Amino acid sequence: MATDAPAIEVRNLTKRFGDFLAVDAVDFDVRAGEVFGFLGPNGAGKTTTINMLTGLARPTAGTICYFGQDVTGHVKRVQHVMGIVPDESNLYPELNGFENLCFCASLYGMRRLDREERARELLAQVGLAEVAERKFAAYSKGMKRKLAIAAGIIHAPPVLFLDEPTTGIDVASARQIRQLLAALNNAGTTIFLTTHYIEEAERLCQRIAFVVDGRLVRLDALANMIQAVQHQHVVQLVLGSSGTDLPGALRDAFPDSRFERVSDLVLRMHTAKPVPLAPLVRFLEDRGIGVLEARVMDPSLEDVFVEITGIELERMRKEREKGGDAL
Amino acid sequence: MKAWIAYWSILRKDMRTYYLKPPNISWGIIFPLAWTLMFFIKSGSDVDVRSLLPGVMALSVLFGTTSMLAVTVTFEKKGRSFERLLLAPIPLELLMLAKTSGAVLFGTVNAFVPVIMAVFMADLSGVIWWQLLLAVVLIAISSTFLGLFIAVSVTEVFEAQTFSNFFRFPMVFLCGLFFPVEMLPLLLRPLAYVLPLTYGADLLHGAVNAANQMPVVLSLTALAACCGVLFAVSLRRIRKAWIL
Repeated sequence: MATDAPAIEVRNLTKRFGDFLAVDAVDFDVRAGEVFGFLGPNGAGKTTTINMLTGLARPTAGTICYFGQDVTGHVKRVQHVMGIVPDESNLYPELNGFENLCFCASLYGMRRLDREERARELLAQVGLAEVAERKFAAYSKGMKRKLAIAAGIIHAPPVLFLDEPTTGIDVASARQIRQLLAALNNAGTTIFLTTHYIEEAERLCQRIAFVVDGRLVRLDALANMIQAVQHQHVVQLVLGSSGTDLPGALRDAFPDSRFERVSDLVLRMHTAKPVPLAPLVRFLEDRGIGVLEARVMDPSLEDVFVEITGIELERMRKEREKGGDAL
Repeated sequence: MKAWIAYWSILRKDMRTYYLKPPNISWGIIFPLAWTLMFFIKSGSDVDVRSLLPGVMALSVLFGTTSMLAVTVTFEKKGRSFERLLLAPIPLELLMLAKTSGAVLFGTVNAFVPVIMAVFMADLSGVIWWQLLLAVVLIAISSTFLGLFIAVSVTEVFEAQTFSNFFRFPMVFLCGLFFPVEMLPLLLRPLAYVLPLTYGADLLHGAVNAANQMPVVLSLTALAACCGVLFAVSLRRIRKAWIL
């Protein structure tokens, strides 16, 4: 395998289930040693793409290369270089944590002493050494996810796939998992991460691909993506009361701005120019709505995501209505 | 070598997790006991243990292996732990051999439970032991592969049980275990000869009572061919249905 080649190279990758096009001619490279984020709404084709890359699904068209070696249709040949952490923990409920890790290590041909040593080391690393003898079925969701990650890296793979690693788990466990992933990446592991938590992608990923309806609509470095929306100015206001028909009144009074209601008492104002705070606060106070806090927001990946996926979804809907799209 | 480490590990895990569990051990003992008792009640006190032995052995293997494999594989597929095995760098053929080896061992051991009982109830001199063992192992392999075929054709555990019975019960009555194939209606006879158990039952009749209808070599070859076909069909189905 060529060492300077991308860890994963995908060209024209397509997956069709009958008439349904799940992944539509996707192209991307995952550079060795990076954390690559694969983001998209539910049903965008993220898991299908991972399944094709890991050998659980056969591409309808396109090529897959690992470290410069074309393995399309023969992903089995490179399964030893990848670790996979699926969106649902799929370890064995009747085995304990230690046994689960030892079993997973044996699937990669590790000998007994090596796998036991590695299992102990990983249990300590993910903070599960104390519950190593407890059955997997009795683990909490966060513990299960941590053990699944440990199982994914038991054979120290150069490439790690993580499908929604922190979905549905508590904040503390999610934080621990993010720290673990950052440490793995620092040690040289290439990470392919799918998530719909924008914040997580923002914290972990160096480059991000957005997928919508099976199509890759944008792929860039995080900094470049955020720069693209820096023309926007956003102010977040925390209000004392919610007010009636506030968005309508605000739109009439400030026609060049866009308002977004984050929650009942939290409002965001988006404008192309710096936000005129005084007239806005006065406008609200004239209607008996006190402003408790006003904060200028930095553009985030979420803004990029909303902008890109929103535009794409709208465009695809129009294409479908015209009947000019295969979807 | 690395693949064989995985093979032994999967086999050991399955034996521990499924086959050596108390309910399955008791099933292995109670099932043949119940069949023997049933024949005993049916025929009164003059039950001929030697004539019953091939039938009870074959049923023990058939029901033990098909039930266990169809259920365990379906269960793991549904719980997605089977995905972990499919993602491991081991050839699919070896993986499925590892998954089926436990059931083959379980079926083979099950078959010898009635033999142990029979030792205390009848004179077993003259039994051709090598043929008996070979027949049991081949019946266990073919029944296990039948269980595998069932497992890859269903998605729910209860479907696996229902589908198993769809194959098992006709097979029991058509394979010549309880009445010779020659006594079957003419139309059903060809069906009997495509069933692996027909050859297995004939081998058992030959080994225990020297009452085989077909040459031993023919039965062994036919049974081995059935094993090969069932395994190949199941693997093809796994590649098609599980690696989408």
